[in-house]
Amino acid sequence: MDLQEISNRSSIRVIEKIIDETPTVRTLVFSDDTLSNVLPGQFAMVWIPGVNELPMSVMVSEEKGKAAFTVRKRGVSSTALYDLQVGNQIGVRGPYGNSFRIKDGKILLVGGGTGLVPLLRLAKFAKPTNEVIILMGSKTKEEMFFEDMANKILAKNKHQVITCTEDGSYGKKGFVTDVMEALMQDTKFDGIYTCGPEIMMYKVVQMANSKNTFVEASLERMMKCGIGICGSCCMDESLVCHDGTVFDGQFLAKSQEFGHTHRTKSGILENY
Amino acid sequence: MSPDLSTKIGTLRLERPTMLASGILGISLEVFSRIHKSGAGAVVTKSLSKEPWEGYPNPTIVGIKGGYLNAVGLSNPGAPYFAKMISPNKTIPIIVSLVGSIEEDFEFMVKQFENVHVMAYELNLSCPHVEKVGLEVGDDPNLVTKIVKKVKSMTKVPIISKVGLGTTNYLDTVKAAMDGGTDAITAINTIRAMGIDVETQRPLLSNKIGGLSGPAIKPVAVRCVYEISSKYDIPVIGCGGVSTWEDAVEFILAGASAVQIGSAIGDGWIDVFSEVNKGIANYMEQKGFSKIQEMVGLARNF
Repeated sequence: MDLQEISNRSSIRVIEKIIDETPTVRTLVFSDDTLSNVLPGQFAMVWIPGVNELPMSVMVSEEKGKAAFTVRKRGVSSTALYDLQVGNQIGVRGPYGNSFRIKDGKILLVGGGTGLVPLLRLAKFAKPTNEVIILMGSKTKEEMFFEDMANKILAKNKHQVITCTEDGSYGKKGFVTDVMEALMQDTKFDGIYTCGPEIMMYKVVQMANSKNTFVEASLERMMKCGIGICGSCCMDESLVCHDGTVFDGQFLAKSQEFGHTHRTKSGILENY
Repeated sequence: MSPDLSTKIGTLRLERPTMLASGILGISLEVFSRIHKSGAGAVVTKSLSKEPWEGYPNPTIVGIKGGYLNAVGLSNPGAPYFAKMISPNKTIPIIVSLVGSIEEDFEFMVKQFENVHVMAYELNLSCPHVEKVGLEVGDDPNLVTKIVKKVKSMTKVPIISKVGLGTTNYLDTVKAAMDGGTDAITAINTIRAMGIDVETQRPLLSNKIGGLSGPAIKPVAVRCVYEISSKYDIPVIGCGGVSTWEDAVEFILAGASAVQIGSAIGDGWIDVFSEVNKGIANYMEQKGFSKIQEMVGLARNF
């Protein structure tokens, strides 16, 4: 019996391929029928044996039956995941959480860094009639990734991939939110979707709300169980793991915590 | 006339007989409010310590056949922070769970709540996976008596002692808590347990050993409630594997005046409170009971 059939128990998967996206970002590919088909916004809990277990958005793989995680090395745990080799084992459980509701018509995806992972899956789920604009930002040219992947996924859609870097070394110069502001002056979108640093998402949601445009953001919080038991990821009266990770603009506009605070491992609210 | 779901645990009165078990969800007032609205008669907070605790690294909760293994490590924001956080509360029945090693720990924590509306305190004498607190305290009946006596002397709020299966006969721990003046007992906590992943040959939990919860422990918990209420004259709250109304009724028939629900939230979400309440009401109607108290301990007649 596959252990995934016992609810909330990890199944062991073997890393089959590693793709270097940037000097600090890697994509780890493995076989998993369930995770290869998750909805955009859903996540898995990923066990790095002996280190930790982390919530990770499931990355699109070009090969059938395969799933992937794209990780940036930052702390001890993400670095341990980043440092895994082909043939190493990880545990996965899930998928968990809700997903983006894709509107008809013209949609805008705004992301930064590994926040692009759920947005690329959203692009993969786009209807043939969707016109899709992806706005992707990074600090420098070196840290820009997924541009080719985005073009490939959206090959059959009317689409545009707009890149920008904070130092201007690639694409437009500035933050994605600056480019988005300019874009929104002469374009009306039917839906806007965002994932990335919370301050960026906060601005994206504010801009969309000010134009009464449907917007959704996929949020990140300190997460331990992933299944709505431990309470670590609570935000206002919601559990990000259970009620999210995707929340809409109306909900987020009322939130006392979104864009302002998050919780530590012990549950204390801390300012961003 | 529809049956009355309110219940009494000694002097403590709950509108409904289902409670949120300690350790589950409970770190914000907004979430407590949501759980209360969803049908819980009371919410028990995570066990609070003097200082904030981060808990153990993940994996801290793992699904197994029949329930969960957990070793969260009592992560909590600490009693002072928590007391401030819940101080605006006027409407939610909050039971504050406390964990510590010595009388002075509990003395310090209860002081933090002096001017805060607290329905009761639940003393965690039974967490099976953190050193020097929980079960290690519960296994020392003299210390249990001293701690309960200390808390009792400081507050008029009812004291509930939560016991579990340690190395001391838990019935002796119950007696010790009663000697200290406890108003009620919660039985039981998770049971010390472990699981191993055969592929990686590693323990499933980062702490290796944790506590077992869920349907797998229900018959054990029912037995303990039955034994406690048979042996002593003390109100009991049943805890361990309640996920349906039948489970809740079973605990009540064994001698519990109310039940706590935890793991079932991981499978069926917080709707479980209203579903269990509704099922108990239907059962009471069918069997002709008008009050919860009429059912408490009926299985002991046989």
